[in-house]
Amino acid sequence: MFWQQLVNGLTLGSTYSLVALGYTLIMGVLDIVNMAHGEIFMFGAFTGLILASHFHVNIFVAMLGAALVGSLLGIILERVALRPLRRRAVSHLAPLISTIGVSIFLESVALKVFGPESQAFPQTLAGKIYTIGPMQISLVQVVILAVAFGLMLILRFWLARTKIGKALRATAESTETAGILGVNTNLIIVLTVSLASGLGAIAGVLVGLTFNAVEPTMGMSMGLKGLAVLILGGMGNITGAMFGGLILGVAEVFSVAYGASSYRDAVAFGMIILILFVRPQGLFGAKDQTGGR
Amino acid sequence: MLKINSLVTSYGSIKALKGIDLEVPAGSIVSLIGANGAGKTTAMKSLVGIIKPQSGTIVFQGQAIQGWPSHKVVGLGVSLVPEGRRILARMSVLENLEMGAYQRQDMEIQADMEKVFSRFPILAERRNQLGGTLSGGQQQMLAIGRALMARPKLLLLDEPSMGLAPLVVAEIFRVIQDINREGTTVLLVEQNVRQALKIAHYAYVLETGKIVLHGTAEEVAHNPRVMEAYLGGAKGMK
Ligand SMILES: Nc1ncnc2c1ncn2[C@@H]1O[C@H](COP(=O)(O)OP(=O)(O)OP(=O)(O)O)[C@@H](O)[C@H]1O
Ligand SMILES: [Mg+2]
Repeated sequence: MFWQQLVNGLTLGSTYSLVALGYTLIMGVLDIVNMAHGEIFMFGAFTGLILASHFHVNIFVAMLGAALVGSLLGIILERVALRPLRRRAVSHLAPLISTIGVSIFLESVALKVFGPESQAFPQTLAGKIYTIGPMQISLVQVVILAVAFGLMLILRFWLARTKIGKALRATAESTETAGILGVNTNLIIVLTVSLASGLGAIAGVLVGLTFNAVEPTMGMSMGLKGLAVLILGGMGNITGAMFGGLILGVAEVFSVAYGASSYRDAVAFGMIILILFVRPQGLFGAKDQTGGR
Repeated sequence: MLKINSLVTSYGSIKALKGIDLEVPAGSIVSLIGANGAGKTTAMKSLVGIIKPQSGTIVFQGQAIQGWPSHKVVGLGVSLVPEGRRILARMSVLENLEMGAYQRQDMEIQADMEKVFSRFPILAERRNQLGGTLSGGQQQMLAIGRALMARPKLLLLDEPSMGLAPLVVAEIFRVIQDINREGTTVLLVEQNVRQALKIAHYAYVLETGKIVLHGTAEEVAHNPRVMEAYLGGAKGMK
């Protein structure tokens, strides 16, 4: 029972981590919360769904397609809602509002185009169940875990080792300093937003597979969870987002398994509040980084 | 090499530079001196495109670069060691130096890094330490090393001696002279006027956004007004 729930919790949590990473990357580089991230996630889920059910492509191809659509939406979001505000050095609240605008727009478009009812992925992956000791793990879960953890590992490596990854970290520390070192910071910002959005879109497909349901409102609830993880892990902290997501997923699954199913969100968020009482800067956040920055 | 003509830069309604003219001949060290708030940092930031000047021209090697974004200015061979060092605190010493060479594609980056390490041995010792954990003097060395990693033709330094102990200041000025002798042109902003005039070939005095005096470093050092205001009286400089 325990091990089984742990696997289920980690599977769910790894998708939360992926969503939170999107928030974290953008928060790191731009110091803003992208309120449209959840809706880009939802568009990713629909893209994957359409590719899998209408074009009968392999699930990995569907994820790739979702990632492309997500990145493209990210690039448009940056151009339309973020860059015009950045030029004018306005208050931090302005991009918050403009991204909320984009999120409402995207959700309305989704309602119009895809309809309000929940849709399911074709059952090509279902059925296969592996038994490992006390645990049963489905093929879908294996795919989700592999993709989510694989992407997180690649991202870590990319940020730590590659030239562009380092430029992204430098831009995150200070746009001005990165600029005088020769980094085209506008390009890095576009890249960051599209990367974050692509990851979010893939997470959309993974979550669609987890619950076998894709609907226009899924962005909202997932967006809130991603935000919670961003705060739990420590604003702008990559490691924090990864562990924060896993912790939230495991907490949710355990509260369902041990009898509090109607309180799953209450238990999970209650736990986050408790953790924040003890560590207001989040699990991995540095003290001086909380708040203002 | 660098020629600035009636450059005006404002912050909102405040005019910080009210039309300055300045020239840096290739191979020289030029010092820009002036009191707090005179506009020295503003001039440096306008040069490298951190702030867009309102009017005037900046010509570097025959090319008008006013209003260019920073990364393009760097591409021409202009590097800034900014006021307050601006080390990337969450990146290691090694990564800071790598970032200095960001636009370079050649094979000699590693060799240049060794040169920085031999110029500043303490950085070699600390190469894997995070930039933010270095002392002020070490950070200044890292900031200079980082700028050199771009192989600049023109090196801009904004108050490199700020907040450093006298011995370290002497060391930094010695290094600046070395760098210049190896062929890099230097524009140096300093509060430490005595030292700055000692190593400079030419000097400009900036007061509230205007150049009030310029000439060879020798002339400027012996100007009564400069001796009075910046060198602490007539016996200031021999
Ligand atoms: N971001 C800003 N917004 C508004 N005014 C500014 C800004 N930065 C500088 N100023 C003003 O511009 C003028 C010149 O400032 P600047 O930083 O260039 O002086 P400085 O000569 O470098 O002084 P210091 O020796 O203290 O570094 C000052 O009056 C300052 O108040
Ligand atoms: Mg200054």
